Amino acid sequence: MAKLLKRRKVVQTLLAERGDLLVIGGLGAPAWDITAAGDHPNNFPMWGAMGGAAMLGLGLALSQSQRRVLVITGDGEMLMGIGSLATIAITAVPNLSIVVLDNETYGETGQQDTATKHGVSLSGIARACGIQDCRDVSRMAEVQALRDRIHEGSGSLFAQIKIDPEKLALVLPPRDSTYIKNRMRLAILGEAALHD
Amino acid sequence: MASRLPPKAKPKGQRLEHYADARPGQAWPKALYALLKAQDIKQVALVPDAGHAPLIRLCEADRAITMVRLTTEEEGVALLGGAWLGGQRGVLLMQSSGVGNCINMLSLSSMCQFPLLMLITMRGDHGEFNAAQIPMGQATQTVLEAMGVIVKRADSADTVIDAVEGAIKLAFNGYRATAVLLGQQLLGAKDFRKLAQAE
Repeated sequence: MAKLLKRRKVVQTLLAERGDLLVIGGLGAPAWDITAAGDHPNNFPMWGAMGGAAMLGLGLALSQSQRRVLVITGDGEMLMGIGSLATIAITAVPNLSIVVLDNETYGETGQQDTATKHGVSLSGIARACGIQDCRDVSRMAEVQALRDRIHEGSGSLFAQIKIDPEKLALVLPPRDSTYIKNRMRLAILGEAALHD
Repeated sequence: MASRLPPKAKPKGQRLEHYADARPGQAWPKALYALLKAQDIKQVALVPDAGHAPLIRLCEADRAITMVRLTTEEEGVALLGGAWLGGQRGVLLMQSSGVGNCINMLSLSSMCQFPLLMLITMRGDHGEFNAAQIPMGQATQTVLEAMGVIVKRADSADTVIDAVEGAIKLAFNGYRATAVLLGQQLLGAKDFRKLAQAE
């Protein structure tokens, strides 16, 4: 079996030359991963709200229809909000991409199995919901193609990337979520955000 | 074996009221829709309820409003956080049973100080037929307040607009989660026995 992809390298590749891409990081390791790639005003790392990352991305994508929004989250987080794939598919936003870093474990709590370890296909669920472009990714060349599709393509996208369940040092984003919120609103909306 | 009661004869020409509207023809849903428009609400997230049906129809007919049909109510809490990040206002419509589904996700609104407006039609509140609705209906206000949500109630048609307008201002001026409970005295309670006899 080919070696599993490394999560930090995957995320670094997806966020290379990120332009004005807006990025949501699901709680736990994906939030550390997007921060390891470079803390940024257009990042929204989540400290909690498990199951909410994809929907946060949908609300943002609807309100910023000219910008591209990327949600990077984990398999456990996505499973908790699995119904949101149906909601996202029927809402049909062309500027939202969801990438699940699938290590088949609840990594933060002691590496217990998730359902993907036992055969559940998140990309299969996304496809059945009607999300247009659904991918299974296991090689770096596919990650590069995915990066280009996220930054340049159109239409809803879902990718399930099998990654190494390695334990890495945490790279913590700013801790205060009101700061992260205001920083992103200022970056998107300008000074007007402070008077809204 | 018990014999089935014969169905009661339906007077000729009388149309059954739509199942969704316990009290059809009330004026407040239209005024509520106008208020939401005036307050620049752009995203309407919902799990439907009979009490919200007239408002939902008005919003669905409005091309400037994006309807987001949720599979469960907590999705709406996260959605409207994202909407605010991108500069849009929204509202979350649900019935009281959906409040239970939202509990942990409400920590998102709290930790980020996202404005959140929830309009909640009550079941298990006043004159309820279905026993299954009563536990969550009776716990709704307590649960919301335990999560830090500001709760207002409207139990009559003449108080709905003022209650919602006040909640909108608290939410968006104060960056707080707010809920307006629309009570069963306002909405009416369905009588399932009558509905069982209707066909």
